[in-house]
Amino acid sequence: MQPDVEHAAPSTGEEALSELVRFENVGLRYGIGAEILRDVNFSIHSHSFQFLTGPSGAGKTTLLRLILQTLRPTRGRVRLFGQNVAGLSKGELAHLRRRMGIVFQDFRLLDHLTTYENVALPLVVQGREEASYRAEVIELLRWVGLGDRMHVPPVILSGGEKQRAAIARALIAQPALLLADEPTGNVDPSLARRLLRLFIELNRTGTAVVIATHDLPLMDLVDARRLVLAEGHLHIYD
Amino acid sequence: MRAASCSRKGICISMIEAAPSSAEAAEPVADRAGRLLRGLAERLGGRDAGGGPILPARSIAGRALVLVIAIMTFLAGLTAGAVHLVADASADWSGALAREITLQIRPVPGRDIEADVRLAADLAGRTRGVEAVRVFARSEGEKLLEPWLGAGLDLSELPVPRLVVLKLAAGAAPDFTRLKADLAERVPNAGLDDHRLWLGRLKTMADTAVLIGLAILALVLTATGLAVAFATRGAMAGTAQIIDVLHLVGAEDSYIAGQFQRHFLRLGLRGAAVGGVLAILFYLMFSLSAQHFATTPGAEQVEALFGRFSLPAAGYLSVAAIGLVVSAVTAIVSRMTVYRTLSGQE
Repeated sequence: MQPDVEHAAPSTGEEALSELVRFENVGLRYGIGAEILRDVNFSIHSHSFQFLTGPSGAGKTTLLRLILQTLRPTRGRVRLFGQNVAGLSKGELAHLRRRMGIVFQDFRLLDHLTTYENVALPLVVQGREEASYRAEVIELLRWVGLGDRMHVPPVILSGGEKQRAAIARALIAQPALLLADEPTGNVDPSLARRLLRLFIELNRTGTAVVIATHDLPLMDLVDARRLVLAEGHLHIYD
Repeated sequence: MRAASCSRKGICISMIEAAPSSAEAAEPVADRAGRLLRGLAERLGGRDAGGGPILPARSIAGRALVLVIAIMTFLAGLTAGAVHLVADASADWSGALAREITLQIRPVPGRDIEADVRLAADLAGRTRGVEAVRVFARSEGEKLLEPWLGAGLDLSELPVPRLVVLKLAAGAAPDFTRLKADLAERVPNAGLDDHRLWLGRLKTMADTAVLIGLAILALVLTATGLAVAFATRGAMAGTAQIIDVLHLVGAEDSYIAGQFQRHFLRLGLRGAAVGGVLAILFYLMFSLSAQHFATTPGAEQVEALFGRFSLPAAGYLSVAAIGLVVSAVTAIVSRMTVYRTLSGQE
């Protein structure tokens, strides 16, 4: 580890840490092919910070999609926020997803909406009136440094600005769990470090964070739990 | 570059490169207010963050669908108008014919035709349900033959039958069995024509025309529904990434279906308005040109048979209603298509 290593939010033991995600013997295969993930067991607790890593194609994004339940496991049990997801309807899953934020490497901002509208999207789909969240969105955009880019479409934002807009969108609904899929993959090392510090700050406010990355130097900057995927198995290094 | 920025949650970060807050701080209040007002006006103009279109209008082949819906509404409107014209003409024929019965008294050697006419009129006048009896004078009967035989001829030597027209009371269904029996006994050269054969044929023809019109309407609406279903699937394919993002930020299928429904309802209303207005203009022009040519002899005969080619107010309302139905079909089909497609996805 490097000397200027950062520390994620410490678990004091005084806080009641709830289990946000629990995978038990989860396996996934596409069609009749070999299993991509085998006997995956792990938990993610509130206030925790962890990296999900492994070589390209190891199944990091697939694991995140399983957490988001946009993919269903072929075997095993997944519990989200204390609920077994197997029996949940699509509507109930949508409500669970509202407690999670997701950041993608390719940002996935909607180009026909402004930055403000993109960030407000999770609240819009919840049916909230604009008057109830407008100040909140503006404050968050200013916080991530996009206060003067609110009314422009994403196409004219730089890569770093897009990533910050995507992070703001993931955070606006104040999720209990933030999932980031290669969030630093499309930015330079300097901005990658700044984004990492942003995630650490978020974690200190109580949001559990999972960052999927294969950027080892970046991970070395933080003393955090690592979930390592290799050949379909998950190894945990606390 | 700003030194630090703090959110209301108490998080302070200093890693963000951009320094908007310092720029904002330096921005005069008036400029800032102006910028906010511009932003507000921009959003009120259709870019409202809360109520703005989640689906990009330009990514969907909306213009082609609007054109298809306009054509379908125009055709459906023409059909609805035609059904109205035929139904009204049929009602006129039926009403006029059903309320008139004709007695025909043929001249027979050895019988006084004038006495027979009077007797027949007397018998008919005593029948229950007959409101009025009108005896056609000989000259009137001969005048009826003028279109076929020409004017100025002496028809006194010809055995031209005499006519007695009976007007029936509205809603009455007189029993002519008794009258027929009396006529057979006392005026055997009289014949009773209640137009039933004609009425039956006309009604069958009109009913068939109305049924064909309704079938065409159903076909047009079905074709519209299919076109919308295909367009919706195309739109979903073109916006797959948007749908994916919406799902990831917690949108339920009903929300996404609602967005598509709103989008297609807008397209449907636009297309239906164009098609409906064109159909109404068509009938207005048709009515005006019918009035223009109404004085020609041919037009008089056509009008006698088919009535006036003028759509009643109810006909125009039907065309407008067709537009609303087409819009509703567009919205409902798009919602159902999105639901079915999404429910088929994991």
